[in-house]
Amino acid sequence: MKTLAELQAIRDKAREKMTIREDNSEATRVIVGMATCGIAAGARPVLNAFVDEVSKRKLGNVVVTQTGCIGMCQFEPIVEVLEPGKEKVTYAKMTPEKVARIVVDHLVNGNPVMEYTIGSLLK
Amino acid sequence: MRELSLNILDIAQNSISAGATLIEITVDENTQADRLTVCIADNGRGMTPEQVRTVTDPFYTTRTTRRVGMGIPLLCMAAEQSGGSLDIKSRFGQGTTVTATFVHSHIDRPPLGDIKATVTALIRMNPQLDFCFIHTFDGRSFTFDTRQLRVILGDLPPDTPEVAEWIGGYLDEQEKILSGVLIPDEND
Ligand SMILES: Nc1ncnc2c1ncn2[C@@H]1O[C@H](COP(=O)(O)OP(=O)(O)OP(=O)(O)O)[C@@H](O)[C@H]1O
Ligand SMILES: [Mg+2]
Repeated sequence: MKTLAELQAIRDKAREKMTIREDNSEATRVIVGMATCGIAAGARPVLNAFVDEVSKRKLGNVVVTQTGCIGMCQFEPIVEVLEPGKEKVTYAKMTPEKVARIVVDHLVNGNPVMEYTIGSLLK
Repeated sequence: MRELSLNILDIAQNSISAGATLIEITVDENTQADRLTVCIADNGRGMTPEQVRTVTDPFYTTRTTRRVGMGIPLLCMAAEQSGGSLDIKSRFGQGTTVTATFVHSHIDRPPLGDIKATVTALIRMNPQLDFCFIHTFDGRSFTFDTRQLRVILGDLPPDTPEVAEWIGGYLDEQEKILSGVLIPDEND
């Protein structure tokens, strides 16, 4: 059973590591469309897959967050990746299966997965 | 929407857009009365009586990217199709409570679905906000409240990976205990 004592232990351990957690102003932001259109198209498992993958790889400088409808409902689930000092990359028709590759190629190695972007879907 | 838990996630997004700092989600299942009630209450900016009247109309929205709002009309439809109804109480500047009732055994009632995925997604995206989730099934219930969590966590955010994992595991267990799949430990 999950106990509060367990949570206390987690807290104490995490506090020791807190200092090495990077400053959020430099963070890469992964923004998932969470309006009705996004949720209906499957944004929830995409969001949870991003969070799982990011924490599995201990990417301390990535923040996963939500936004409303950006007016392209037919391309939902949409995910935008904002890296400081770089151009925004927009991924469309996302699935949990696509997430692992985006995390490795784009978030870890800095190479956007072009074939998943909205630009390549429009072609 | 295929699952009520997705509607809940969607309605909670309205609360977040309205600047809420506390969102209370309750799911009350009563098989005796054959009722399922879902309630999302927030302390966001609220709506005027005029807004509340128009909000179940899909052509009403304050958003600018698209002319129609679908969230509330969809939940309303789901409730009415399964023998229930939707009720919105809101006070401008104070908050909003959206309540949907369903006939529990109605053939058209969508399943509750993965409520754990909804609660964890909300917490992970909004570690600065507080969420209280209460699930009742025939009188037995459990409560998960990030305000209680913060008493233990202090300034450690609830989206810290190890904490988020604990929360997911906790919700999973509590849901299983509630549905009778899991028997709770004696010594807890
Ligand atoms: N909890 C709330 N607090 C304040 N205003 C709300 C709340 N819920 C809904 N509203 C108002 O009602 C409108 C309609 O909500 P609804 O969820 O139906 O559509 P939407 O959020 O505008 O768009 P969509 O859900 O389709 O992405 C919102 O734009 C907002 O102005
Ligand atoms: Mg909405």
